Amino acid sequence: MSKINVVARTGNEAMAEAMRQINPDVVAAYPITPATEIVQIFASYVADGLVDTEFVPVESEHSAMSACIGSSAAGGRTMTGTSSQGLALMAEILYVASGLRLPIVLAEVNRALSSPINIHCDHSDTMMVRDAGWIQIFSENAQEAYDNMVQAVKIAETAALPTMVTTDGFIISHGMERIEIFEDKDVKDFVGPKKLGQYLLNLEKPITLGALDLQDYYFEHRRQLAEAMIDSKNIILDVAKTFKDKFGRAYGLFESYKLDDADRAIVVMGSTAGTAKVVADGLRAKGIKAGVLKLRVFRPFPKAEVAEALKNIKAVAVMDRSDTISGHEGPLALEVKAALFDSNIKKEVPDYIFGLGGREVRLEDIESVYKDLGDIIDGKSKDRVTYLGVRE
Amino acid sequence: MAEKIQKQGWKSLPKGDVIEGGGTAREFRTGDWRSERPVHIPEKCIHCLTCWIYCPDSAIVTKNGKFVAFDYKYCKGCGICAHECPVKGKAIKMVSEKEAKKNEKICQK
Repeated sequence: MSKINVVARTGNEAMAEAMRQINPDVVAAYPITPATEIVQIFASYVADGLVDTEFVPVESEHSAMSACIGSSAAGGRTMTGTSSQGLALMAEILYVASGLRLPIVLAEVNRALSSPINIHCDHSDTMMVRDAGWIQIFSENAQEAYDNMVQAVKIAETAALPTMVTTDGFIISHGMERIEIFEDKDVKDFVGPKKLGQYLLNLEKPITLGALDLQDYYFEHRRQLAEAMIDSKNIILDVAKTFKDKFGRAYGLFESYKLDDADRAIVVMGSTAGTAKVVADGLRAKGIKAGVLKLRVFRPFPKAEVAEALKNIKAVAVMDRSDTISGHEGPLALEVKAALFDSNIKKEVPDYIFGLGGREVRLEDIESVYKDLGDIIDGKSKDRVTYLGVRE
Repeated sequence: MAEKIQKQGWKSLPKGDVIEGGGTAREFRTGDWRSERPVHIPEKCIHCLTCWIYCPDSAIVTKNGKFVAFDYKYCKGCGICAHECPVKGKAIKMVSEKEAKKNEKICQK
C-alpha cells in the first residue's frame, strides 16, 4: 500500500495537486471562475519547474480545447480545466476530441450557465455536454476530486475517450478539507507512461486525422464511439480496482449508501450526496430506512446497475441540480427512469430540481424529499417534478 | 460497369477518423469552385517563386527552380499569388472563371 500524506486542500488545490503528480506533457487553458485556480496553481508549478509540462495560455476555451486536441493528437498526455461558460465555449471542440478518440482529461467545476449570469454551483454546464462523447465522473468532495483525477488519466487512455472529472463550484472547489494524497512516485507508477497508439508525430507511420467523413463513413465512426462508451464502463471498474489495490479507497460506478435494506432512497450527484447521507443517517436513528444512491459515473450511464440497485426500494426520488427546460424532467431523472423502464421496474419516481445557481440545499430540504417518499409508500401520489427550495 | 467497392464496417474501420498514411489531401480535388483563376504571363515572369512560397494550396508547379504552371485541380482562386507577385505590372493576373472558361471553349473550337 502506498504511503499517505494528510493535507488541507480545497477542491481546486486537490485537482491541481493531482495534475502536478500526473505531470502531463501539455496543459492548455483559459481561466474561468470557479475553476481558475486549478490552472493558475498548475501554471505556478510550471513556472517553478516542478513539472515538465508545456503550458499553453490561450485566448479562449475554444482555443484551449483546440490546443489540447493538437497536443493529444500529436501523442502528448494532455489536460485542461474549465467551468460553465468556458465549457459551453468548448462544446464544439469537445465533440471533435471524442470523435478523434483523444484521451484528454478535463478538470470541470460545475457552475450555472447564463442567463442570468451566476458564478455558483449547479450541474447545467456538465449536463449541457452530456452527449458529447466524454466520460463524465462526479465527485462528492475534494478527496474524490483528487482520486478521480488520478484515475481519469488511466481511464481516458485505456478507453481512448476524453474524460471530465467534475467538482461542485465553490462548495467543493473552494471548500478546504482534510484530504489524503499519495507520494509522487506512487501516482507516477499508477498512471504509467502514456501508451502511444497512432499519433501524428510518428513519422514512421504517417496518418491523416479528422478527414471529411460523409454519408459513407460518418455513421460507422459514430457507432464506434458509441461502442467505446459502452466498453468504458468495465475500464472504469478495472481502474477503480487497481486504484483500490494500490491506494486502498474503493470506487464504483456509483456508491450505494445504506441501500441494502432501504425502503426509500434518493439518487443524487456531487456534493449534495454528502448532505443526503447526513439526512439518511438522521432518519435511520429514528428507525426510518433511508438510503442514498450517489452516482459517480454519469457517462457512461450505468443503467442496468442503477436499476438493479433500486429495484427493491419502495420509493425512489431523483435530485437534479440542473433542468432540461423541456416541459419534461431533469436530466438525471430521465436517465434513472429510462433505466428502470428498461429493467421492467415500474415505480413512481418524483424528480426534485434543486440548487440552481448555488441556491443552498439544506438538511430540511432533503428531509422533505424523504417525507414525500414516505407518503408514496403510504399510497399517496406526488408531483412528477418539484422545484425544491424555490420561492413561490 | 463500375466495380462495387466493399466498404469497411464499424468493427474493422480504423478508430477515431484515422486514415492510415499521410498526404491524402492530394486525392481530394479542391479547385473546382473558383470564381477567379490566376493566369501566368510568361514574358513578365522573373521566376522568383514568391507565388510558390505564398500559395496556401501548393498549387504552383515548378521545375528546376522555375515557374511551370498553376495546378487548377487545387487552386481555389484566392488571388494571393497575384497580390504578392513583385514584378512591376504583375506576371500573374486574376481572370474571372466565366471569362476563362469561355476562352477555353473558343480554343477548343
